Amino acid sequence: MIYLDHNSTTPLHPRALEAMMPFLGERWGNPSSPHRFGSEARTAVERARERIADCVGGKPSEIVFCSSGTESDNLALRGVARALRSRGNHLVTSSIEHHAVLNTCKALEGEGVRVTYLPVNREGIVDVTALVASLCAETILVSIMHANNETGVVQPVEDIAAIAREHGVVFHTDAVQSAGKLPRRLSDLGADLVTFSAHKLYGPKGMAALYVREGTPIAAATTGGAHEHGLRAGTENVAGIVGFAEAMLLVLAEAEAEGRRLRTLRERLEGQVRALLPSVKVNGSAATRVPNTSNMTFPGVDGESIILGLDVHGICVSTGSACSTGDPEPSHVLRAMHLTPREAQGSIRLSLGRETCEQDIDTVVQVLVNTVTRLRRISSVEGEVE
Amino acid sequence: MGDDTNHTDSSPGDPAGPVLFYNPTVIDHFMNPRNVGELAESDMNGFGLVGDPACGDQMKLWIAVRAGRIARIAFKSFGCPGAIATSSMLTDLADGRTIEEARRITDDDVVEALGGIPERKKHCSLLGVKALQAAIGDWERRQGATDGNP
Repeated sequence: MIYLDHNSTTPLHPRALEAMMPFLGERWGNPSSPHRFGSEARTAVERARERIADCVGGKPSEIVFCSSGTESDNLALRGVARALRSRGNHLVTSSIEHHAVLNTCKALEGEGVRVTYLPVNREGIVDVTALVASLCAETILVSIMHANNETGVVQPVEDIAAIAREHGVVFHTDAVQSAGKLPRRLSDLGADLVTFSAHKLYGPKGMAALYVREGTPIAAATTGGAHEHGLRAGTENVAGIVGFAEAMLLVLAEAEAEGRRLRTLRERLEGQVRALLPSVKVNGSAATRVPNTSNMTFPGVDGESIILGLDVHGICVSTGSACSTGDPEPSHVLRAMHLTPREAQGSIRLSLGRETCEQDIDTVVQVLVNTVTRLRRISSVEGEVE
Repeated sequence: MGDDTNHTDSSPGDPAGPVLFYNPTVIDHFMNPRNVGELAESDMNGFGLVGDPACGDQMKLWIAVRAGRIARIAFKSFGCPGAIATSSMLTDLADGRTIEEARRITDDDVVEALGGIPERKKHCSLLGVKALQAAIGDWERRQGATDGNP
C-alpha cells in the first residue's frame, strides 16, 4: 500500500505508542482520584501538558485537552459565543473552513448568531479586506483556519490576528492541518484560540487540544467536573494525552528537515504529472502551502473514479475532506476558489507523510497518469483529451 | 483499505462514506468497461445524451439497430465509478436485444446484474437506462423520418 492521505490521518508514531502503553496497561488510574495510584496518572497528564505547552509556546494552564479537532473547534466557537453573548452576536469565518467550524457556525446561526462567511481568491486565500469590512461593534469572534485541509493553502493568520486584536475581537484558528507540518510555535500565530489534533501529527486518534491564551473570554461547552480548567469536563484520556505529547515533540523536532524533504517530493509529483498531463491544474499552487499537500484537477474525469482506479492498485488518496466523501456535492473549498462544479468534481488530494519516499511518488505518478488517461478515453465530456 | 470483499451489500445501512464499497463485479465493469467508444454517424441510427443534475454525471450512448435488434451499442461516460460500471453493464444487457426487450430494461435490472451497488449510488444506474431510452427514442424518430410515417 502507498498511503498519500496524511491530511486525513497519520500512522501512530512507534515511540508515541510505546509511551502510551503503560497507561493502557498497568497504570490505569484516574488522574482525579485522591490516592497514589491516581496521582501517577495525574503526573503523566500534567507532564504531557507541560511538554505540549512548550511545543506551542504557551503555559500549561493554556492547554485544554479534548477528544477531537471537531470538539476543540466546537469549544472555541460555542464557548466564546456563550461567554460574550451580552457583548455581541456576530461571528466572522471563511467559506473554506472545515465542516467542524462551518456546521458549528450554522448551528449557532440557528441560535440567533449572525455569521459572515468571507470569500477567498482563486488561490484559496481568505480576503483580508473583506474581513476588515465585515467587522462591526457586534463582532465577538473571528475564526479562520491556518492551513486548508483540501489544498494545504496557508492563510495569513498573523495579519488576521493583528486585525482582530486591533478591533478587540477574539480570534480562533483551526491549525489542525498545519500543526506539526510547519516548524512553528502555534502561539506565535497570534491567535487567542488554536485548535490542533493528535492524529494528524502521528499521535493517537480521539485526542486533540485547544490552546486558550490567558485572559480569553470562553465558557465551557460541556458541563460536569472541573477537568481541563473547567472548560472540558470528563475523565482525561491519559494514554492519548501522553501519546499526543510524545508525537508532537518528535514531529516538531524534525519538522524543518521533513518539510524540506516533503516539499521536494511534492515538486517531483506535481512536475511529473504536469509534464505527462499538461491540462492538470494544481489548486493553490501560487499560494504558500503546507509542504505535504497537493490538490489537482483533471478536467474531463471524476475524482471518485480516479480514487477507485488508484485504490485498485493499492494507492490511497482522497477527494478532500474525508468527512464529506460520499457526498455528491463537489468540494465547497474548490467551489469557493471559483472552480466550476465539474472541475471541483474532477479533483483529488494527495497528502504526503513521513513514510512517503521517492519511489512511492514515481509509482503514484505512473498509476495516476494511466488511470486519468483511461478515464478520459471513457469520458463523454469533450475537449479535454491530450 | 481493508478487505474489499466486505462491502458488497447494498443495504440502506451502508456507511455514509466512501467510494470503495463496490463489489468485484462493479470494480471489473469500472476497470474494464464493456462497449466503450462512439459509433460513427454512418454506423448508428440512435443516439442519447443524458446528464444527472444531482451529481454532474453525464452519459452518451449510441445504438445501431438492424432488423429490430440492437446490433451494436457504445457509450461514453463522465462520472463516478457507479456511473461507469452501471453504464457498462447496461450496454451488456442491451446488446443483441430487440428494441422491445431493451426498452424494458430497468435500473433495478442493471443493479441486480452487478450484484448490487451502494445505496447512495443507486441513482447512477438510472443514467444508463435513461440514455438507452433516449437513444431508442431517437431511433424511432429517425425511423419515422425515413418512413415518412411516424
